[in-house]
Amino acid sequence: MTGQPRAGSFGRFVNDAHRAGELVVQPRMGMADPARMRAGLAATRAAAATTVGTITLDSYTRVADWPAAAAALRHGSALNGYPIVTHDRATTRAVLAGIADDATFPVQVRHGSARPEAIVEALVAAGLSATEGGPVSYCLPYGRVPLHEAVDSWKRSCAILAAVADTGVEPHLETFGGCLMGQLCPPGMLVAVAILEGLFFVQHGLRSVSLSYAQQANHRQDVEAVHALRRLAGELLPGVDTHVVVYAYMGVYPRTVLGAERLLVRAARLAAGTGAARLIVKTAAEAHRIPTVAENVSALELAAATARATGPEADADSGSEVYDEARALVEAVLELDADLGRALLKAFRGGYLDVPFCLHPDNAGRSRSRLAPDGRLSWSRVGSMPLPPPRAHPEPRELNAAELLRCLSHVERSCDDAALEESLAIR
Amino acid sequence: MTDLDALPTAARAEHCLDILVTSVASDSHTWNLIYLQLLLQEQGHRVRNLGSCVPAAMLLTECLRQQPDLVVISSVNGHGHLDGMAAVRTLREQPRLAAMLVVIGGQLGIAGPGGQRRRHELTAAGFDAVFEGAAGLPAFRRYLSGLRIEQGHRARAGS
Repeated sequence: MTGQPRAGSFGRFVNDAHRAGELVVQPRMGMADPARMRAGLAATRAAAATTVGTITLDSYTRVADWPAAAAALRHGSALNGYPIVTHDRATTRAVLAGIADDATFPVQVRHGSARPEAIVEALVAAGLSATEGGPVSYCLPYGRVPLHEAVDSWKRSCAILAAVADTGVEPHLETFGGCLMGQLCPPGMLVAVAILEGLFFVQHGLRSVSLSYAQQANHRQDVEAVHALRRLAGELLPGVDTHVVVYAYMGVYPRTVLGAERLLVRAARLAAGTGAARLIVKTAAEAHRIPTVAENVSALELAAATARATGPEADADSGSEVYDEARALVEAVLELDADLGRALLKAFRGGYLDVPFCLHPDNAGRSRSRLAPDGRLSWSRVGSMPLPPPRAHPEPRELNAAELLRCLSHVERSCDDAALEESLAIR
Repeated sequence: MTDLDALPTAARAEHCLDILVTSVASDSHTWNLIYLQLLLQEQGHRVRNLGSCVPAAMLLTECLRQQPDLVVISSVNGHGHLDGMAAVRTLREQPRLAAMLVVIGGQLGIAGPGGQRRRHELTAAGFDAVFEGAAGLPAFRRYLSGLRIEQGHRARAGS
């Protein structure tokens, strides 16, 4: 949007593509074996799409259990990602050599860690400069690392990554704030946490950041959310290189191939129609297992082709509820402390931010959300959050257990059912 | 802890149980825990939800503090049988918790339900009941209604 990072950075690559009218597409992909990881990156690069590469790390690395990661490598046991801290830097450099290239094929490390210093050190040592996460979004949804520890750790991690700028390459950090629990969080809060984590990254030295939004259950509401995110980024992060990245649905995924493709097509239209610059795809295998490289390439190509055929999707005429909610939350948190880390801690302690259905000990747990029959998400209880009164009052009743299950599987069922109807109609 | 347990729920059953819902040390999933909490609250029980990634030592501390009637361990990441056995052994070493019921359910291994053999391992380690895989939930509900009757009898007998 604004600000020009120096040549050779993840942010620069994505913004150049955006200006050229191309949506950048990216897989979720990580293999423990260096040769297989290299082949996955090569296939991503060769896909018929404008792509960036991904190295997704394994769960042991995520929780800093190095002995377990090392033992798994020694015994050849299955790991669900690439153990970047356990493999030595020469190995990782060999995985990347001749494939990763800041100007033509940047590679990002994705991990899910609340305490990522060692991960950031390892990726920098391997010559990489782009990763993702955040002190709130990689703490509250996963486990019980205290939020203040995650904030301190992310400050240190930002400093390690920001120092890469001294080498002449602009490092890039993406917030996972637009996802949180993956589903059933009203978009106003997703947008607010993405913006707040983006501001935290900038306060700790980053000059190139991306702001995420995970596709939810109603396309119009998602369109309003991405517009709200872009507008707030322009208002609150001026002079910073920013772009918006959309995640294809992160909740319970359709089980049929056609249903899964339908959902991915909707995500690609969301990203391309709202001016987002990058999309992280999901594959048709999502509901069943870790996808193959070929399934990932198919998803990348389907998303890119859909994006090229998509026209603009307008925002709500009168300004959206998502924008109003996100703005109210962000402003309330910024007033708590000039230091973003302290402001976030105070916000969760006081319930100004309260993630629905999040059981983390540092989350107030007084808010609740609802899913309307058309998939729109709204608050049924706001707890202590400083939110404007809802425009349409939802039923005051809380979800019961059976309704919770139905809400969690709403997207899966609607996509699978629609795909089935479509295939029957063709016959 | 969270305030989720203070939610308004259906009218309390006359003989409701104090139930602790928890996951195991290595499991970060929480939707399963939230579902169980709602289900148990709807049946009128008092529920405390410890959340995800609960180490055995922390579970022990909470059990000693809260003295629940029933501990429900739910895990879906495939390590539940290992982490669960460590947890229940820790609890069973405490004489003060001898009367406390401890059950486990979910997806407890990486390759699907483990059948009779795993059930025996888990009950031998100290679990009162095991509810694995898709059939686990209806079986758990039957187990609960049985408990409620038993608890009612016990309450009447004691009064």
